[in-house]
Amino acid sequence: MSSFQHQQSAHCESGVMASLLTHAGLPMSEPMAFGLASGLAFAYLPIVKLSGMPLIAYRMPPKHLIKTLSKRLGARLHTRTFSDPEQGRRELDAALDSGRLAGLQSSVFWLPYFPPEMRFHFNAHNLLAYGREGNEYLISDPVFEEPVRCAVEDLQKARFAKGALAAKGLMYWLDDVPLEQDWNKLIRQSVLSTTRILDGMPLPWIGIRGIQHLAKQIDKLDPAQSKYNRLYLTHIVRMQEEIGTGGAGFRFMYASFLQEAGEKLGDRNLQDASAQLTAIGDNWRQFASACVRASRNKGEAPNFAPIADSLRSIALQERGLMKELAAWSKR
Amino acid sequence: MKLDEVPQDHSSTYGGHCKLVYAVDASGHYQGAQSDGWEPEAFATQLAVAELQEQEAEAEAGWQRGELSPLKCLMYRYRLDEPALAQITGLWQWRIRRHFRPAIYRKLSAAILARYAEAFGLPVEQLISYQKGMA
Repeated sequence: MSSFQHQQSAHCESGVMASLLTHAGLPMSEPMAFGLASGLAFAYLPIVKLSGMPLIAYRMPPKHLIKTLSKRLGARLHTRTFSDPEQGRRELDAALDSGRLAGLQSSVFWLPYFPPEMRFHFNAHNLLAYGREGNEYLISDPVFEEPVRCAVEDLQKARFAKGALAAKGLMYWLDDVPLEQDWNKLIRQSVLSTTRILDGMPLPWIGIRGIQHLAKQIDKLDPAQSKYNRLYLTHIVRMQEEIGTGGAGFRFMYASFLQEAGEKLGDRNLQDASAQLTAIGDNWRQFASACVRASRNKGEAPNFAPIADSLRSIALQERGLMKELAAWSKR
Repeated sequence: MKLDEVPQDHSSTYGGHCKLVYAVDASGHYQGAQSDGWEPEAFATQLAVAELQEQEAEAEAGWQRGELSPLKCLMYRYRLDEPALAQITGLWQWRIRRHFRPAIYRKLSAAILARYAEAFGLPVEQLISYQKGMA
């Protein structure tokens, strides 16, 4: 327990997995965990509403990283959910007392150590408990700079918050992590899987086609509905930069993975792909700035066409990159 | 994004914390870097918070005038909307909307109020005292 090293991460789920694996003796950076689990994605889901707005995701759904990564690495993943909160607390205490790290899924809203403006009802936040002292848990929350403490009652409320994506006290840990890995095979397999998610789904809301779909929605905004437009455009920005964090919709993180993978395999192609994706990430950031600019000026009618066009050009760039990576991964 | 482009806009929405982002150094090598805020992101967050506060103030005024039960105001205060509150309490949305009427709210049982109390993280006695306050 004392040997546990907290590491700040950009995203909660990849951060928890990187910490769990590193602690188990397989050193793993956060981008590597994210990339090997094929976390990158895009989805525009109009049916799932978040405060009346469509869900826009830049990564795979919660729990995807945990499951995919442990499967690919051949580690044994134990997961437990509880119908009785009291039992959930007892099992967490027992796990911690036996010196185990426990990954937990919880709500953001009920965690008192979050700044008030970040506290929204999002039930799929991941954190790592590494010990307890008196009436407090010692918590390594991946998105924070330092380890934090949380009172038993508060963590209990956060773990068992009801509603969409309810965690039901989900607790998970890893066993038997194989320390020898076939990196070449792993990296190719995970890159191929990402190219299929982003550019190979026959659905109009997923991947590149999802980005194009979002561009169409922005084109269709009615300039007269200025209040709705502002909420809609800033909602996109929030989904991209804030929810689950990661920045630029996880593009920089994946670029960092490609670079690290390229170094591991000594392959120039991945380094070039990483540089391309960095440029695409910069375009995503500019797109976010443009959305906010259009929401800011209340007076004149904003012009949405250039914003939609910049999104279409991002879609084309990502498609080009995915084609190259797919070809590489089959080489 | 280059390391020197990592925004440091001191956003109040970060509450004095820093986020980790990935950026490249001069030779194109990726590193983790801390950012204490990005203005466009903060604007988006503040707009969403302001929207909820506006809805809350409106519902609170309705409650003071006796046109609404406190539930609507509390719903927005705890950053919920009708679909979210319905999922958490396990009540139908139309029942929740009905409970927004003061006359209906006054007659709600302690069991129903307890479900709302849990969703808001409040003691149920507080919701019961609102019933008496409205009589």
